[in-house]
Amino acid sequence: MEVVFLTFILVLSVFLGFELISKVPATLHTPLMSGANAISGITLAGAFLSAGAMNSQMATLLGTFAVTFATINVVGGYLVTDRMLSMFKSKSKSGDSK
Amino acid sequence: MSIHLIANLSYIVAAILFIFGLKMLGHPNTARRGNGFSALGMFIAVVAGLTAEGIVSYEYILGGIIVGSIIGTLAARLVEMTVMPEMVALFNGSGGIASLLVGWGTLYSGDIGTFTAITVLLAILIGGITFTGSLIAYCKLSETFIKSGALVFTGQRVVNSLLLMGMIASAVMFCMDPSPDSQWLYVVVGLALVLGIMAVIPIGGADMPVVISLLNSYSGIAACAAGFAINNNILIVAGSLVGAAGIILTNIMCKAMNRSLANVLFSGFGAVKQSKAIEGEVRPISVEDAYYVLEAASNVCFVPGYGMAAAQAQHVVKELGQILEANGAEVSYAIHPVAGRMPGHMNVLLAEADVPYEQLVEMDDINPRIENVDVAIVIGANDVVNPSSREEDSPMYGMPIINVDKAKTVFVLKRSMASGFAGVDNPLFFGENTRMLFGDAKESISGVISQFN
Repeated sequence: MEVVFLTFILVLSVFLGFELISKVPATLHTPLMSGANAISGITLAGAFLSAGAMNSQMATLLGTFAVTFATINVVGGYLVTDRMLSMFKSKSKSGDSK
Repeated sequence: MSIHLIANLSYIVAAILFIFGLKMLGHPNTARRGNGFSALGMFIAVVAGLTAEGIVSYEYILGGIIVGSIIGTLAARLVEMTVMPEMVALFNGSGGIASLLVGWGTLYSGDIGTFTAITVLLAILIGGITFTGSLIAYCKLSETFIKSGALVFTGQRVVNSLLLMGMIASAVMFCMDPSPDSQWLYVVVGLALVLGIMAVIPIGGADMPVVISLLNSYSGIAACAAGFAINNNILIVAGSLVGAAGIILTNIMCKAMNRSLANVLFSGFGAVKQSKAIEGEVRPISVEDAYYVLEAASNVCFVPGYGMAAAQAQHVVKELGQILEANGAEVSYAIHPVAGRMPGHMNVLLAEADVPYEQLVEMDDINPRIENVDVAIVIGANDVVNPSSREEDSPMYGMPIINVDKAKTVFVLKRSMASGFAGVDNPLFFGENTRMLFGDAKESISGVISQFN
């Protein structure tokens, strides 16, 4: 039953994703990509168990590396997206950084 | 209320924030706030993840987070905007390897059923391909170790098929006895990493926008597979949102080149050479003459390509644009969807140079009124303005282009007469109304600017 439930979530999310993204203007393709990329660092939330459960040395090692790489993905991804988006300015309000 | 329940409720909040964040990324005015929403969602999900049952020690987790945050922050702050494609490729790769490691680590958590074993293998396979594929993409983009062109050798498909079959066989062997000590596991990990390399080396530099968005999609799907392996909803939701986003972008990029995804992935386009040479005369123009033409122009359109990024010319381009505007001309920047090395590459560079986004025009908007453009200035673009794509015998036939050859005058800023990434000669350079401004794009434009002053 668990499998069916998870698959159900998967299918709905995929459809939602297609609906959400299909109308993004070309101007924002890069920030969209790097912003989405940052979200894929969600693996971080799953990496903790491996790093902190102390099942075996190997598992801890794998988990710690997973946490490190996923954090790079999350922190770097969000910051770089923000940096890019801060540069997009409209003509009417170019000059102030909002 | 158990802590487990609270964690799961927080995941729902995080998912909602991701969804709103992605939606708001779709408009320039709300995009920055959208990214903030999504980051907040991530923060909530991560905190909730820390409360998972079974975590007994936080030292390693904390260590990993600190090291990762330092590297991520430095990378995001210090990187030049021109190397953004490389940066995105590396971030993709780190997401991929993280999913691989999470999948692998799951095997140590006790008895593993067949279903979990399969999802673990999927996380390892997709994560591994994303990781090495992104590294190769990085090397190609920055031209470290390997050239950006397509690398094709005889028997490549045979080798790849063998690798894939070996992969499936060892995966089956592993599923029969899913234990972390199984030697088949190492074979699977190794083959996944090799497959990632093999998947990206035959793809040429010009096709990088497709590859990067596809790898972006893979990194999401890998997170999704890891979510199945550890029974975690938020990984599945977030991963599949990213997977869908990446696939849509990939599709947009493929359409912009009029090629199927399969054709991009397997054909090694860069290797195709055109046999027919183009007859005609190239008409060079001096900086002074270019100035006189631009001074009289009332409608100017810049068409940037990867060459603008390579020459770091975006700031002088914008300066020239402003001067022309002050001179009474209408100025726009026409951007082809696959110009540059990643989706939206040119937009980011011009935004960095403070070009307001209203002036950035998409291909479909500029083409109907290209006849009214007095001067189209092509800066380091080649394949995206190649009119031979209208001829049936051209290897580029069918690719939609910006029809600069229909503008009244075309200036092409170019270092030399070399052909583009696609290796196809460009009849535009021999056109009646085309003037070639040879030299470094940045210097040429600076030269024109100094004539105005």
